[in-house]
Amino acid sequence: MSNSKNNVWQQKGKIISNGLLTSNPTFRLVLGMCPTLAVTTSAFSGLGMGLAATVVLVCSNALVSLLRKVIPDKVRIPAFVLIIATFVSLLQMLLQKFIPTLYSMLGVYLPLIVVNCIILARAEAFASVNKVSDSILDGLGMGLGFTLALTLLGFIREFIGSGTIFMGSIGATEFGLTLGKLPEYSMSLFVLPAGGFLTLGLVMAAFNAIYSAAEKKKKEKMEAIAAQIEEAKKEAEDFAKLDAELAAANEAQVNTEENKAENEEVAK
Amino acid sequence: MITSATWLAVTVGAILVNNYVLCQFLGICPFLGVSKKVDTALGMGLAVTFVMGIASVFTWLVQKLLVALGIEYLQTIAFILVIAALVQLIEMTLKKFMPSLYSALGVYLPLITTNCAVLGVAILNIQSFGVVGGLSLLASFLNAVFSGLGFLLAILLLAGIRERMDVDAVPKPFKGFPITLITASIMSMAFVAFGGLLG
Repeated sequence: MSNSKNNVWQQKGKIISNGLLTSNPTFRLVLGMCPTLAVTTSAFSGLGMGLAATVVLVCSNALVSLLRKVIPDKVRIPAFVLIIATFVSLLQMLLQKFIPTLYSMLGVYLPLIVVNCIILARAEAFASVNKVSDSILDGLGMGLGFTLALTLLGFIREFIGSGTIFMGSIGATEFGLTLGKLPEYSMSLFVLPAGGFLTLGLVMAAFNAIYSAAEKKKKEKMEAIAAQIEEAKKEAEDFAKLDAELAAANEAQVNTEENKAENEEVAK
Repeated sequence: MITSATWLAVTVGAILVNNYVLCQFLGICPFLGVSKKVDTALGMGLAVTFVMGIASVFTWLVQKLLVALGIEYLQTIAFILVIAALVQLIEMTLKKFMPSLYSALGVYLPLITTNCAVLGVAILNIQSFGVVGGLSLLASFLNAVFSGLGFLLAILLLAGIRERMDVDAVPKPFKGFPITLITASIMSMAFVAFGGLLG
């Protein structure tokens, strides 16, 4: 009983870690590039964009999964787009009312969440064929993976480009760090569009290197196991051969003994 | 009233200074995804320009309707539906009446629905340029067409560079997207320099 429960948790954990790391939407699937590049001039706006997309992703995944048996196959894409657009509009209104700084920071990219390929891709590839609970988890994992990527890029670009760490404000409270004289030595290229392309390219290359190293290790491990299996097979074959030889020898001995007995009988 | 500076901004500015791909980060997905070969890049660029021009006219009309009814908050939903329907309609019309153009644009047409540059130009036509109530119909159309041409220019340049890069020795972790992004970064630096063009 407890074992099967453990398995269920493992499965759920796998759905989330799949979005966070194994197939991270930004670094592995290369989806949703426009907001990734546009709003990551600071860690705060990157985090805001990531969370906004996560909210829409979780809600749309849940609703698409809930309606997966109702929506006819032929009109599913327009139906998905409509569902996504509804949640985006809701979010737009909520942000405008409660976090206006973030609303103006994200600008045109907030309504553009509608055409963020991650959300449509997950609706089509996961939510339309899976249970509601799994779809919500998938949305959460993918959304957090996206958020993680955006915050990381925002952090790097903000640190090099403006010399600050996590500057931002919600309402009247301002937070963030300015590091001594660092802003005077900042490279403003990194908060320009060119810096966005450059940072993403470099971080993606780093991720590629890490992933291929991890894969190589895995492959080596698999190869070692395969070699062990091969060896065991060989040993088993050798044993079988020995067995067969022994049996043959035994038979031969029995035969000669029989022959002997026959010969003796004949001699008598 | 629309000044001559605005006219200049929606035409020359849309191609060079505010290039959608390299300066505003709109339409990055096709920019990175469909730029392996010059031929396909040309097809995609033309299809985007075509749809953006037509979509800007229709969304402009829809926006007037939304304002008249007092339901501007439905803008996002209305625009995406109009664009999706329009792409479908254009596809069917071209198939029936202009098969040669249809086969030239081919598979790129349906992909355009999820191209954020199309929705982006529709929204920016209304929000930006500091004109109250958005640009006029003609200015919206011109801005969309010239933005599309800017996209065409950017994707063609990148495709040319990528074709050349195929025969170069690129370090393994940089193969594919990373080196393309770094190329785009250098192109973007060049385009930022046009910033002083309009004063």
